[in-house]
Amino acid sequence: MIDIYNLLAEIVGEQHVSNHKEERYFYGCDPGLTPPHEPDYVVMPETTEEVQQIVKLANKEKIPIVPKGGGLALTGLVIPQKGGIVIDMKRMGKILEVNEKSRYVVVEGGVTHGMLQNYLKKHHPKLRHSIPDSPAISTVVGNAVIHGQGRLTQQYGFNSDMVSGLEVVLPTGEICRIGSHSISSQHWFSKGAPWPDLSGLFLGWFGTTGIITKLGLRLYPCKKMRDVMVFLTDKIELVPDIILKLTHTEMTEDIVVNEQPLPPRMKGNIYILIIITGDSDEELDFKRKIIWDALWDIFESRDGGFLSVPADMKPPLLEMPSRDVVRFADVRKGGGFEYSGPIIPLEKYPEFITKQKELVSKYNLSYSATSRVIAGGHCMMYAFAFTFNRADPDEMDRIRKALREAAEFTVEQGGMMWKPTIEEQKMIIERMDPNTLKIMKKIKELLDPNGIMNPGNWEA
Amino acid sequence: MLQLNFDPAKCIACKTQDCLVKCQYLRLDKDKAKTEMQKIINGEDSFVLHDCVTCYACEEYCKMGNHPFYLIVERQEGRGILPAPRSIATMWINQCEPRGRFTVGKVKERALSFCFIPIFPLWATGKLFDGIASSYIMGEEFFCNAVFLHYAKMSVIKDRLPKVIENIAKLGIKELICLHDECYGTFNSLAPAYGMKVPFKTTHYFEYLYEKLKELKDEIKPLNVKLAYQRPCSNRLSPKTQHFVDDIFNLIGAHRVKREYVGENALCCAEVIRMGQGYKIADDVQKRNLEDMVKAGAEYCVFNCPMCYLSIGDKVSKRGLKPIHIIDLCKMAIGEKTAPGV
Repeated sequence: MIDIYNLLAEIVGEQHVSNHKEERYFYGCDPGLTPPHEPDYVVMPETTEEVQQIVKLANKEKIPIVPKGGGLALTGLVIPQKGGIVIDMKRMGKILEVNEKSRYVVVEGGVTHGMLQNYLKKHHPKLRHSIPDSPAISTVVGNAVIHGQGRLTQQYGFNSDMVSGLEVVLPTGEICRIGSHSISSQHWFSKGAPWPDLSGLFLGWFGTTGIITKLGLRLYPCKKMRDVMVFLTDKIELVPDIILKLTHTEMTEDIVVNEQPLPPRMKGNIYILIIITGDSDEELDFKRKIIWDALWDIFESRDGGFLSVPADMKPPLLEMPSRDVVRFADVRKGGGFEYSGPIIPLEKYPEFITKQKELVSKYNLSYSATSRVIAGGHCMMYAFAFTFNRADPDEMDRIRKALREAAEFTVEQGGMMWKPTIEEQKMIIERMDPNTLKIMKKIKELLDPNGIMNPGNWEA
Repeated sequence: MLQLNFDPAKCIACKTQDCLVKCQYLRLDKDKAKTEMQKIINGEDSFVLHDCVTCYACEEYCKMGNHPFYLIVERQEGRGILPAPRSIATMWINQCEPRGRFTVGKVKERALSFCFIPIFPLWATGKLFDGIASSYIMGEEFFCNAVFLHYAKMSVIKDRLPKVIENIAKLGIKELICLHDECYGTFNSLAPAYGMKVPFKTTHYFEYLYEKLKELKDEIKPLNVKLAYQRPCSNRLSPKTQHFVDDIFNLIGAHRVKREYVGENALCCAEVIRMGQGYKIADDVQKRNLEDMVKAGAEYCVFNCPMCYLSIGDKVSKRGLKPIHIIDLCKMAIGEKTAPGV
């Protein structure tokens, strides 16, 4: 019988592999509602070649593999449903290159958003990347693989749209370069265009088609100043129009829409956070006025207005990532947090918020509805976010039911579930165009003939 | 039901109509002012009700104490006229609702009111507050609610203020030193205007600081700086407290610069105007105000209200002036460290 543990230890060194109960427990769960399932081994490679050797071993022995970044998707995407090997990418934490002229960075698969944020601040202060509101330990690759969003998503699209190249270890062990660096190893400026964009074979697949070991990411100008404006309205039906008007200005960095009953000052209103940037007071002032003017008719009708935000209130609103999101995640205490964050057409916002309120009332839940505008308002992420106490199984059950209903509602309304749970993936697959499903299946079979990669996910 | 103590006869007999003629935002001559005021008294519509920026100043302009501003607010609410968007008013109503989260120190007969402004406990320290710092009240339960004058919500004030007075009285407080100018104005103008009895003495913190500085006279080192004073809207409800600004400045050896926008002609911080009327008027008011301070040669802008400080402190700094609250200024004069900024 093959001793997998020793073979893994030969690849990465004994201190970087474990089959101990403690590690297996830890790597078998996430903060959401998906039931835990332990892996057999946890391994932490340091190089692409080590990843390659692990994958080759697993493919030969038909052992399931789950690549793991920060493990913060909350929907069970890195819970090893069929055991096997969890590959924790944290040791691949090098920032390999920053190209200031073409504005991109190349990072290894375990680099976190916090690491990149600090690195750029220190070494390249004129550049920034799109920081999600997940904790700083979330990884750049993990976030791209789930089509995450961040502080520049309103301007430039999903964080995955900002990818400028990939290095992937395929399930059969080959190392594959995607994008401009496939013909020139020095250049990571494009993930595909003007040729076939093969990054789509890996982004959004939750690690079922390969392991991303390096990633190129577009960087953007880091303006000297940022400011926040807060627009309040009590008319839900006006929100799509407000966003349309705001995005028409092309002046905003980020637009986030919040609706929640607590703290009390937030009750009864929709809070629209508008972030603007500039290199001078004059530039900021100009943008402020344009934004005011864009919403002037709503202001005059008294259906909405700008809150005067005192200087001491601004830092938490401008903070990246926002600590308030993490605070909300534990508002019930007991360490439970999950949300379904469908991507929805802008005009559907009122229906979704109405549905959320219905679910909250039906299942007696604590909630927050935070939405982020994507790519100039072509769509938005709407978070049915619920926090719960892990020691309260009844509450967890109610949230499970609420999220299930939210997912069904999303599909009915034409939305797309973001980072869907396995159950939600099945729901999607059932409703998907058969030919689309056929393509997905062919891709999966072609790339992962032995079905070892993150099994249970996207099983077309 | 609490009724406003407003005498139409006094208003009709008024020879100046200063309440509206002196308004810094509306242009009315005496005759027009009389006509519009008559409409307001009669409960009819008037452009004044729509265009009022809620600066409180007409309360001060009326030398008969007839409360024209409170009447305007009543009429705005009665006619459903919104001086600011509904959502802003809703936010304030929810934020200021008493929820049992107040804090009460070792309250004695003489106590400080911190309103529910969290910076006050940090300011009320050192020799100026020796012997009284621990005797304080803070929280929505003690909040004067005058802010609702800006949102045509007199009903909220009438609903909440009597309970606030009762809450304070229940603590056995005989003298309340109001650190928030607006609280003092509320207890000495708004409450009596509606016949609410305030069963404790109220002292404006200006007066308290002045008396305390006199006690600490030997420790004062003249500051010899030039100051502009930012008068808040709420001070229109208690104009008699204004002389303490000069009294304090004289005691600490500071010089108040001569300004156009001073006293009755003072300009407010304009952030409430921004929320209700938009950025154009607000920017204009702030620009004129700050330019006046600079032109007058001020080195410091001295604040009374923390909200004014929060609203325009940064803008003051950018114009080269140092923003400072008057409590901190007094601390500087007696050689104490100033508290953290707002």
